[in-house]
Amino acid sequence: MRKNWWKILAAFLLIYTFTAGFLIKVPLIGNLKETIRNLFFHVPMWFGQIILLTTSLVYSILYLRKPDLRYDIYASCFAKTGILMGVLGLITGAIWATYTWGEPWSNDPKQIGVAIALLIYFAYLVLRNAITDIDKRAKISAVYNIFAYFIYLPLIMILPRLVESLHPGGKGVEGNPGLNGADLDATMRLVFWPAVIGWTLLGTWITTLNIRIYLIRDKNLLNAK
Amino acid sequence: MTKSILALLKKDLLLELRQQHSFYGILLYVASTIFVLYLSINNPEGDVWNGLFWIIQLFVCVNAVAKSFLQESKGRMLYFYTISGAKEFIIAKLIYNIILMLIMSLLSLGLFFILLKNPLGNTLQFIGIVCIGGISISLVFTLLAAIAAKAQQNAALMAIMGFPLIIPQLLLLIRLSKVAFGEIFREGALMQLSLLIVGLDIMVIALSIILFPFLWKD
Repeated sequence: MRKNWWKILAAFLLIYTFTAGFLIKVPLIGNLKETIRNLFFHVPMWFGQIILLTTSLVYSILYLRKPDLRYDIYASCFAKTGILMGVLGLITGAIWATYTWGEPWSNDPKQIGVAIALLIYFAYLVLRNAITDIDKRAKISAVYNIFAYFIYLPLIMILPRLVESLHPGGKGVEGNPGLNGADLDATMRLVFWPAVIGWTLLGTWITTLNIRIYLIRDKNLLNAK
Repeated sequence: MTKSILALLKKDLLLELRQQHSFYGILLYVASTIFVLYLSINNPEGDVWNGLFWIIQLFVCVNAVAKSFLQESKGRMLYFYTISGAKEFIIAKLIYNIILMLIMSLLSLGLFFILLKNPLGNTLQFIGIVCIGGISISLVFTLLAAIAAKAQQNAALMAIMGFPLIIPQLLLLIRLSKVAFGEIFREGALMQLSLLIVGLDIMVIALSIILFPFLWKD
């Protein structure tokens, strides 16, 4: 029970997100209308993705400091779930865009940015698969992961602010690249932040399951040390 | 430290001068690519010209820089390991790749002028941007070449890893180049873009110096 409280919290927060997210009264802004409820699903995906990828980065740095294969497994599993969150964010965004911008893909700078981000992390997986030696794979992919992360951050944090975008936070538009804080009224905030925490915890939960599978699979390797 | 960097740099340059086939190989690669472009699109518009130019730079860089680590055999790396440190080695490689890429960029720019005409409003400014661009692209690909070489993979892996990573710089460069085509920029935007590219470069150099020592040890 002591170890599982956060899983219960994740389930509770997500149930809350789904019920409250669909039931509360939302402000009607422009052509967003009721689709603004997607904010509780689309935007938390990106928060979750960044948090998971950052965790992956931390484990990669830890691996370089102290070569323990466990860190490598942690880093790769967190990156994989981060990719999953990214794909989901892209899909929820495409659905949202269909109803507000008229088409699922309109070459918006942020859409391009996340497409590139996904390519970067797919390359990480390809690189991992390309190397057969386990220790070498761990080291090289840790180096690539760190390098990629620091190029990925400016891509999503700086570039979108420089160009015109349909998203909030572009050039000449209020807000940061994530969302426009002023558009969130008090009731939406009450659902939004729990949703962010809930989705992130769910991502972590998925990752820990994946990590456990790998730890059991590589039991012999890990205990040999 | 400076001494061993210079010695390593000198060794790379001397190798280049003595085994000229690789240099001319890349040069021929550039020339034939641009010739194919000339045959397929005669006299492209400014935007197309600009896009094509930077894409060609990207491919040239993958070919030119990939060689810098792949040519070092395992035994020779072991030898370098005994005579110099990782930091000196990567700095020497970075400088060497910058020099190589600058030459290649300027030569391909010349070929572009000859074959695909010169649609530029301000040629000198564009040459400056090409230099910055060549440096940025070669910096990113140097560390990637080291990673690819360590993974004992060919240039294909480098392209897979590098193309997504280079896009931020490439987009900034293409955007910046438009100034040489006569596009008017918002006040201060030009400075902001250039500083951003230089900032990214500095970050890449720092990351290369920090991360390469881990690749170096086996």
